[in-house]
Amino acid sequence: MRPTFPFFKPKEETDSSKIFKPSRRDFLKLSALASGGVFLGISFQCSGPKGEDRIFAPNAYLSIDKNNLITLIAHRSEMGTGIRTSLPMIIADELGADWSKVKIVQADGDEDKYGDQNTDGSYSVRMFYEPMRRAGATARHMLLMAASQKWKVAMDECHTENGKVHHPDSGKSINFGDLISDVQKMEIPRSEDVILKPFGDYKLIGKDIPIYDVKDIATGKAVFGADVDLDNIKIAVVSRSPVVGGKVVSVNDSAALAVNGVEKIVKIEGAGLPAGLDQPLEGIAVIATNTWAAIKGRKALEIEWDLGENQGYDSADQLKEMLESTKNSGKVRRERGQIEEATKSTTTNIERTYELPYYAHATIEPPAAVAHFTNGKCEVWAPTQHPQWARGAVASALGIEVADVTMHVTLLGGGFGRKSKPDFVVEAAILSKETGSPVRVQWTREDDLHHDFYHAHSAQRIKASLDSSKKLIAWNHHTVFPAIGATSNPAEVHPSDGELGLGCVDFPYDVPNIRIETHESKAHTRIGWLRSVSNIHHSYAINCMMDEIAEARGIDPVNHALEMLGEDRNLSFKEELDGDFSNYGESIEEYPWETGRMKAVIQRVAQEAGWGQNLGGNKAMGFACQKSFLTYVACIVVVEKGGDGKIKVSDVHYSVDCGIAVNTDRIRSQFEGGAQFAHGLATSSAITFKNGVVEQHNFDSYLIARMPEAPKRIHVHIVESMEKPTGVGEPPVPPYAPASANAVYKLTGKRHYKLPFSI
Amino acid sequence: MENYTLKINGESHQVTAEEDMPLLWALRDLLGMKGTKFGCGQALCGACTVLVGGEAIRSCSLPVSAVGDQEVVTIEGLSENGDHPLQSAWIEHVVPQCGYCQSGQIMNAVALLQRNANPSDQEIETAMAGNLCRCGTYNRIKEAIKTASSKL
Repeated sequence: MRPTFPFFKPKEETDSSKIFKPSRRDFLKLSALASGGVFLGISFQCSGPKGEDRIFAPNAYLSIDKNNLITLIAHRSEMGTGIRTSLPMIIADELGADWSKVKIVQADGDEDKYGDQNTDGSYSVRMFYEPMRRAGATARHMLLMAASQKWKVAMDECHTENGKVHHPDSGKSINFGDLISDVQKMEIPRSEDVILKPFGDYKLIGKDIPIYDVKDIATGKAVFGADVDLDNIKIAVVSRSPVVGGKVVSVNDSAALAVNGVEKIVKIEGAGLPAGLDQPLEGIAVIATNTWAAIKGRKALEIEWDLGENQGYDSADQLKEMLESTKNSGKVRRERGQIEEATKSTTTNIERTYELPYYAHATIEPPAAVAHFTNGKCEVWAPTQHPQWARGAVASALGIEVADVTMHVTLLGGGFGRKSKPDFVVEAAILSKETGSPVRVQWTREDDLHHDFYHAHSAQRIKASLDSSKKLIAWNHHTVFPAIGATSNPAEVHPSDGELGLGCVDFPYDVPNIRIETHESKAHTRIGWLRSVSNIHHSYAINCMMDEIAEARGIDPVNHALEMLGEDRNLSFKEELDGDFSNYGESIEEYPWETGRMKAVIQRVAQEAGWGQNLGGNKAMGFACQKSFLTYVACIVVVEKGGDGKIKVSDVHYSVDCGIAVNTDRIRSQFEGGAQFAHGLATSSAITFKNGVVEQHNFDSYLIARMPEAPKRIHVHIVESMEKPTGVGEPPVPPYAPASANAVYKLTGKRHYKLPFSI
Repeated sequence: MENYTLKINGESHQVTAEEDMPLLWALRDLLGMKGTKFGCGQALCGACTVLVGGEAIRSCSLPVSAVGDQEVVTIEGLSENGDHPLQSAWIEHVVPQCGYCQSGQIMNAVALLQRNANPSDQEIETAMAGNLCRCGTYNRIKEAIKTASSKL
């Protein structure tokens, strides 16, 4: 049975470009929610939830009670970006709340109530900046109106601050909580009557605001997925098919059942092939009274598997074939000029290939979820990035209505795209239904690395041609990698338009002849999305190649990028594409590709890093830039050779233009962490398959950055901007690896065409 | 199954467990102390770090039968009001991103400062090498340890 989701229609499920695309419908819906429902034409009763007359709740995102407690709803998932702080603080700022006293409550998964909750694609701030301002401003408008009527003064003589309405002329002030009975009688104002604050009046937006949960985290009180405890909870550890698509032939569970604490063995029916993005793999679950017993029980299982068609899969062989295929003509996805004609007379041709491995997300919190199925309904607690998808997938797997699934969202111990997929949540729900008990499904690290939705491995070939005056006149880029959509639809053998829009067909440089081609490859495992997705491999190849071209032309790489971006103008790629340009779900008119903004971040980072200075023989700098998720980023990495001959990254400089900077501390922290994350991708991490099975098992074979080798100092230079805000969760990742490779080349004379490279 | 008396955060706790059950699962599943986290089960990531007899120990790999009468300190018992100098420094530098690894990072840093009150950058890096942070908060961790060290 194909599951139906409240969110992804079956076609969309197979089309990865849609996965990243918030729809207009959602945007209108959430605007309506924020302003109180004007767009939907809902008539308003200003009473609080369940007829509560002591609460003022003008929209889904905030409420104020008579004791002046302001509760703000965080409806996006917190996986470390700070969004649980950054969106509520926008409401608080518009409202004039006392930030130190607000309470933040995490929303359950409920699309009708809160709008889009799919925390992915770096779009929380982009999508919700305006609605959150409007949510706060609507409530402020009503409080001002109520106070001014009470005092019989003009509304525009009053303002809100620290949870009170003030009238400076008379010196009067009143707590929000003391106006509840007045505002409850009022109608929600029309959207056009609500005036947003001028930017200069904000006290939180644009500042360093610490995350709401910092003390709970530092004291061990913060609640993550596996921390949810229920009476009589059972723990499940699952033995899943080691090869994607495998099926259980037979099980001998007598030894497992003999383990003290093991109570039951339950089979989870897997999707088979195609594996899909939201279904469990086939497996045998060991249900026990505690995690250790479940782990021991699993070890004692004897399972005979029919491993299916992926059992011969060897990722090194596939990568070799993929690389070979790039020698041929592929499917043309972007075409400009007459590349054959132009390259007939070129004098210098540079041809390079780039290979990147599969990557696992490796969140330090392995997947875990708790479910309790009773009386035909299911209550779930999960560290999910996409509560609605998880809710729909659970309903579908249990054969119940979506409305009968309650999806509580815990903190996520890292997400990076892994916890968008609800497979582990569905496992908990199925097992609770089967056992009649509340169940926590607990993945081990080995489970996590063996059964991820991996970032696809990739092969690329770029041919660049210079004419006799050393002008770059042709760019021919071949890219091949298994598509995300292939996980659900094996017919999808080329990268999708959506994936190519992530740093490939949006090649911004002013080259008269461009051809971008893709080649076929199949998915032999589950392919997903990892922090910045296809930008990872595209940015690596393009930025490394640009460095070589600059060298061949005898031009400094920074000056070269500035020159190749050309005059300040807006780029549109549509007319040269065979397919759609997703532009991260936004129209190119509203969010154009502005070469001027990219040039500005390049100039800024060069200036801040002291690009061009004499560093001596033991230090070197490398440069890269990448616009991703509509945010402009330039990066300079400084590498240094120590007395022991080892190379370390001493400094990383980022310049970022993300439009209006909402929480500057969290923007910096995303870049600091993004560099460390990307350092692992560049220098140590790789997933490989032999006989269909992942060859890495734990952090001794899947290596991520540790403190001693991690970049030492990360400097984040935020461009002051009043442009529309865009996200920063993913954009730090793409330029780091190529900037570090270019720096290593400067220092050692060796270029790296294959990740990971050891430095 | 055996009965064990564990001294945790200054109090005695009775648990009945298999002798090979790691301390981590005794803390989390049997005693409901969820501040100590599971990350790898092989002493490779440090998320489960607690103090046992004053030393930073990976509780995922220490059988409950091996604890004996040694004092165990977990993140819950580090300070009464969450104001241990390291916790205060963690808050001051807003170290956490997702926060999952931070209990283990803090407990490991406690052990470091107990044996070396004024560590150099390199000593911090070496001491903290066993604690992974996928969000990449390493530089703020380092700064927070230095701040706490200056206040001890």
